[in-house]
Amino acid sequence: MADVNRGNRPLSPHLTIYRPQMTSLSSIMVRITAIASLVFAVLVVWWFLAAATSPEAFAGIDGFLRSWLGKLLQLGATWAIFYHMLGRLRHVVWDLGYCLEVEISEKLGLCMFIVATALTLLIAIVV
Amino acid sequence: MVEFALPKNSRITTGKTWPKPEGATNVRKFQIYRWNPDDGKNPQVDTYFLDMDKCGPMVLDALIKIKNEIDPTLTFRRSCREGICGSCAMNIDGINTLACIYGLDEVSGDVKIYPLPHMPVVKDLIPDLTHFYAQHASIMPWLETKTNRPAKEWKQSIEDRKKLDGLYECVMCASCSTSCPSYWWNGDRYLGPAALLHAYRWIIDSRDEATGERLDNLEDPFKLYRCHTIMNCAKTCPKGLNPAKAIANIKQMMVERNV
Repeated sequence: MADVNRGNRPLSPHLTIYRPQMTSLSSIMVRITAIASLVFAVLVVWWFLAAATSPEAFAGIDGFLRSWLGKLLQLGATWAIFYHMLGRLRHVVWDLGYCLEVEISEKLGLCMFIVATALTLLIAIVV
Repeated sequence: MVEFALPKNSRITTGKTWPKPEGATNVRKFQIYRWNPDDGKNPQVDTYFLDMDKCGPMVLDALIKIKNEIDPTLTFRRSCREGICGSCAMNIDGINTLACIYGLDEVSGDVKIYPLPHMPVVKDLIPDLTHFYAQHASIMPWLETKTNRPAKEWKQSIEDRKKLDGLYECVMCASCSTSCPSYWWNGDRYLGPAALLHAYRWIIDSRDEATGERLDNLEDPFKLYRCHTIMNCAKTCPKGLNPAKAIANIKQMMVERNV
């Protein structure tokens, strides 16, 4: 076979041209929520450490977490943790060999979003 | 490795806009990825216009019409025109499918056509499938037996034969593997949905006597376990098969033989 410029072949486009799918979006969101939860966990650890350090240090971080931005972050982190938990539950169901049909997986993806939002709202109302 | 941006030589530029057909009332716009290995330029997207009153119903009909009547240099693979050879797999309207069995009426708006994603391009819509085929070969896509050859044939019950339904129909068009983000980032070591579906097809074949070796061969952090059940494969398969389920079944067999 003739060498068709083998060294300089371009890579065909991928992320930019592939239409987002319910299944792929709900899958990447599981990862994103994991990273977001981890970032928020740093704030929580900071809060604990500050409480053990001095009243002034605690007042600083406590004030931030109780500000509107801090509350928004708390709300987001609550949603992320619920979504991530539901996403991992979906993986358990899949690994047991159930719900691997595309239509059911898509419905589960939508359910994860709705249930995580509902649970977050519930927490927000109760707390 | 995850690399979101395309390499410098792969970035797409705006290409040529070809003239509209004269006197046509039902015109449709086609945007098609072009790359010529001989002109030293980056890939580009060309724009074509077709008179839909004089065009067949499938995407492949449109491509052939463009090649026949507008631009004979447009290059793509095709053969059977009935979804059985798997040659004309490409990315149409954002999903991977076979141009010959994908209707133009299934596409809303302009028809955007790219080669299969994240593959080295040979020319225009033709990806280099060498590595994809090598991965298929690596799972031993044949019947492996150890007992003596029977006088006539390797027999199989109707029930056991039924287990191959939904697997043997695969035409190796590479739509699934090239739709998988995990295959995009780790395709060098992750076997991808197509090869794994074929692996499972032989693992559960009642006549095959190398099940253990086949599972051993897949016991690897990359070959099998880069599947994260993203399910783009099953969603896009032009034959309606479910590689994600086949992979999940292999993972289950891995667990079962270890407990």
